[in-house]
Amino acid sequence: MSIFADEKTRLLVQGITGREGSFHARQMLEYGTQIVAGVTPGKGGQRFEGAVPVFDTVAEAVEKTGANTTVIYVPPMAAAAAIIEAADAGMPLIVCITEGIPVMHMSRVMPFVRSRGVRLIGPNCPGLITPGSRTKVGIIPGNICTAGRVGLVSRSGTLTYEVVNHLTRAGIGQSTCVGIGGDPIIGTNFIDCLRAFQDDPATDAIVMLGEIGGTDEQKAAEFVTAHVTKPVVGFIAGQTAPKGRRMGHAGAIISGSSGTAEEKIGAFEAAGIRVMRRPVDVIELLRKRT
Amino acid sequence: MNIHEYQARALLKAQGIPMLDGDVASTPTEAEAIARRLSGTVVIKAQVHAGGRGKAGGVRLAKSPSEALDHAAEILGMQIKGLTVQKVLVVPAAEIASESYLGLIMDRETQRPVFMASSAGGVDIEEVAQKTPEKIVRFPVDPTYGLFSHQALRLAFALYRDFAQVKAAARIMEQLYAAFVANGASLAEINPLVTTPDGRVLALDAKIVIDDNELFWRPDLGLLRDETAEQPSEAAARRANLSFIKLDGDVGCVVNGAGLAMATMDLVKYYGGEPANFLDIGGSSSPEKVINALKIITADPHVKAILFNIFGGITRTDDVANGIVAATRQFKVKVPIVIRLTGTNEAEAIRILNAVGMTALSDMDEAVARVVQLAKEAA
Repeated sequence: MSIFADEKTRLLVQGITGREGSFHARQMLEYGTQIVAGVTPGKGGQRFEGAVPVFDTVAEAVEKTGANTTVIYVPPMAAAAAIIEAADAGMPLIVCITEGIPVMHMSRVMPFVRSRGVRLIGPNCPGLITPGSRTKVGIIPGNICTAGRVGLVSRSGTLTYEVVNHLTRAGIGQSTCVGIGGDPIIGTNFIDCLRAFQDDPATDAIVMLGEIGGTDEQKAAEFVTAHVTKPVVGFIAGQTAPKGRRMGHAGAIISGSSGTAEEKIGAFEAAGIRVMRRPVDVIELLRKRT
Repeated sequence: MNIHEYQARALLKAQGIPMLDGDVASTPTEAEAIARRLSGTVVIKAQVHAGGRGKAGGVRLAKSPSEALDHAAEILGMQIKGLTVQKVLVVPAAEIASESYLGLIMDRETQRPVFMASSAGGVDIEEVAQKTPEKIVRFPVDPTYGLFSHQALRLAFALYRDFAQVKAAARIMEQLYAAFVANGASLAEINPLVTTPDGRVLALDAKIVIDDNELFWRPDLGLLRDETAEQPSEAAARRANLSFIKLDGDVGCVVNGAGLAMATMDLVKYYGGEPANFLDIGGSSSPEKVINALKIITADPHVKAILFNIFGGITRTDDVANGIVAATRQFKVKVPIVIRLTGTNEAEAIRILNAVGMTALSDMDEAVARVVQLAKEAA
């Protein structure tokens, strides 16, 4: 078991013939992911790597292949439309890797996604990976992951790799690793993932990697207090960030006192979350079983 | 992207928001000429991307054109929070009967643009938000439909009693929403929104922040960027497609990914050092990017040692290694460099570095501890 992606995942790749899409589609295939279709409007009828059928529309791809998850690698100007097309086709899980989508576009996309009752992960995220079933949806390097019983949820990309790498080298495997993205408006938040990990019988402990900006981590801490019985280890990046400055992620903005690292670490500690001071601390804190 | 008050005024004026005529000046003589044309008492306002202009002496009243000349001469060239004032806005001093606050911000929580209106305007709105949050009315707008007129009217009733003023304010709210959408803003603010003794409703100040992600397909908005109002190193970094923020420490940091970059800065601090910058070279890192990153960091005389922290995923560590080697051939780096890299094409990267006598570490803690030590020895 795992969350959001497993051996039943039948993946569609939107933008499969593009530079990013084709590169990562190959990586996902190599890892063992079941890619059943690709979509690039105007290139329907082609085969990717001589095997994966390419369609003009998501609706046709779903109808012909039974795809149940999609991953989006299209450029920022086409990404909002790609999410809407996938939601309109009833795709239950949409993962958007694309970085640089204007927040106003996402503000219009989200009500539509909700109206179709589907889940969006991202945008501007590394996607997710379930090592146990060799299922990778996104760009997280497969070679640093190993199957196991720790669930990981993170707002960032390479920081996730750093922590996963520590886990794997210490022999601590992962059930699923999810990158939810650093943009101000995202489809799936910490609480959604915490709930899924809490309900997943294959996950024993949870690692949560947050950063400065917004109040998602504080709300996640409240959720942990009320609903999570599994041990949670947390980290907040940006303790040395200057106030009021954007740090690459749109989300990493501090307004007033809300969203500072101190405030978030305080909320974590109050919720009984074991707080990592350094990425490497994750090992010791997970092993401490009290 | 921050834009100046005078630029934000133009964007609001384009939607029809009522405000007093004014103009921008780069020299004291220009300011004097504008004051003469406007006649009467004017306000000279520093145009700079920093808050607290008034407290820093960057906003002054001038009763005559010659006073305007003197004040402009003092304000132009003034340093406010490390930024030099290059322009001043000259506007007529308004007679004020009441001051309100009106803001529109893209809100993460509701995932919608949210209006904030308060009859307690003019003063520090953050203080109002903290001490008396009930004095701020919040209203999320459904972006699919935009702001309906009855919603604007209801919001305007939170500010005024007089129905003519309520209608005027409601119209301003619709215009502010239009300006927000038309310019890809993440924030649009009028503080204060005033009433005059003769009953008019006017915008006395304007602030707009544009969503950086809009600039990609809105080059017209990009033209509003004033590079002279930024730190030169940050402007250079942006041109090189690097995400860079200058800090006060002495350990230069080159990292791939914003989260890892922040965690690296935190770790520098953990081991007793001070980061000199935040720098994210992004996902796909050509050797050219690495060269530009090193140029920008070594231009800072405070930097005593440089750390590369690269976790290769999409980023190929051999690209980064090639960039480091090419950069050190192009120009002499006088401070020690500590390289940590792991991930995609790691073996090739190490071979490239070893060939020119450089080495790389694979552990982040070890690399950070070493670079902090080297910076201390050099200080």
